[in-house]
Amino acid sequence: MEETIKLHYVVPGDDFTRAGAASGDVKHTLKQLGVSPAVIRNVSIAMYEGEINMVIHAGGGEIDVEISEKDIKMTLADKGPGIANVELAMKEGYSTAPDNIRTLGFGAGMGLPNIKKYTDSFRIETQVGVGTTLFLSVNIA
Amino acid sequence: MTVKELAEKLELKILTQGELEKDVTGCYSGDLLSWVMSKAEPGDAWLTVMGNVNAVAVAVLTDCACIILTENAALDEQAKQKAELQGITFLQSGKNAYELSVAVSKLL
Repeated sequence: MEETIKLHYVVPGDDFTRAGAASGDVKHTLKQLGVSPAVIRNVSIAMYEGEINMVIHAGGGEIDVEISEKDIKMTLADKGPGIANVELAMKEGYSTAPDNIRTLGFGAGMGLPNIKKYTDSFRIETQVGVGTTLFLSVNIA
Repeated sequence: MTVKELAEKLELKILTQGELEKDVTGCYSGDLLSWVMSKAEPGDAWLTVMGNVNAVAVAVLTDCACIILTENAALDEQAKQKAELQGITFLQSGKNAYELSVAVSKLL
């Protein structure tokens, strides 16, 4: 893998049926590239949680992925409501998801903590009323 | 033990057929998807009541061997189609998660 592979996805808002399409595609690509299952798992989980967050909270968003020999970089950007208290949002079990989302199996308050747990580098930029962008990377090997 | 053997021994109803020859190496029970995503292991038989499309996505991401819907929880039509497309096996049982966990444990 000498060149950087760049992938771009649009995550539609309010459509749970399509959430997982981007992470599923990246998973497939990484598998074809022969990346280790552990790295693939970390990337897939982080991305899927990100996709779900975009659907639940932000009315969708966009994801850019860059795969190099060294790492997999992901940028997840949305124009949603932003996060008022990042510290609280990072706490396991804290959730602002509505009840109808919980009946689907989400809203456990594990989204952002899971994303942090499964990535080697995690940075969040958020502004209330403007949106949220996550800058993530997972090291290869 | 393969998914097919597990289904036969526990008299589970096969709702969708993925890789029935896949090995079942463990078992995980849970309905909160983020929790399952972070804790379930590849090869697990996943016990849940979540028969929706999001469960299919989680099964794909975790590489679990199959999903067993407990207490005859329903598989919705959209999830059924997605599971067939993605090669995920859904099984179904009238037993609850505890009874099934014990039964799976005896077989592995």
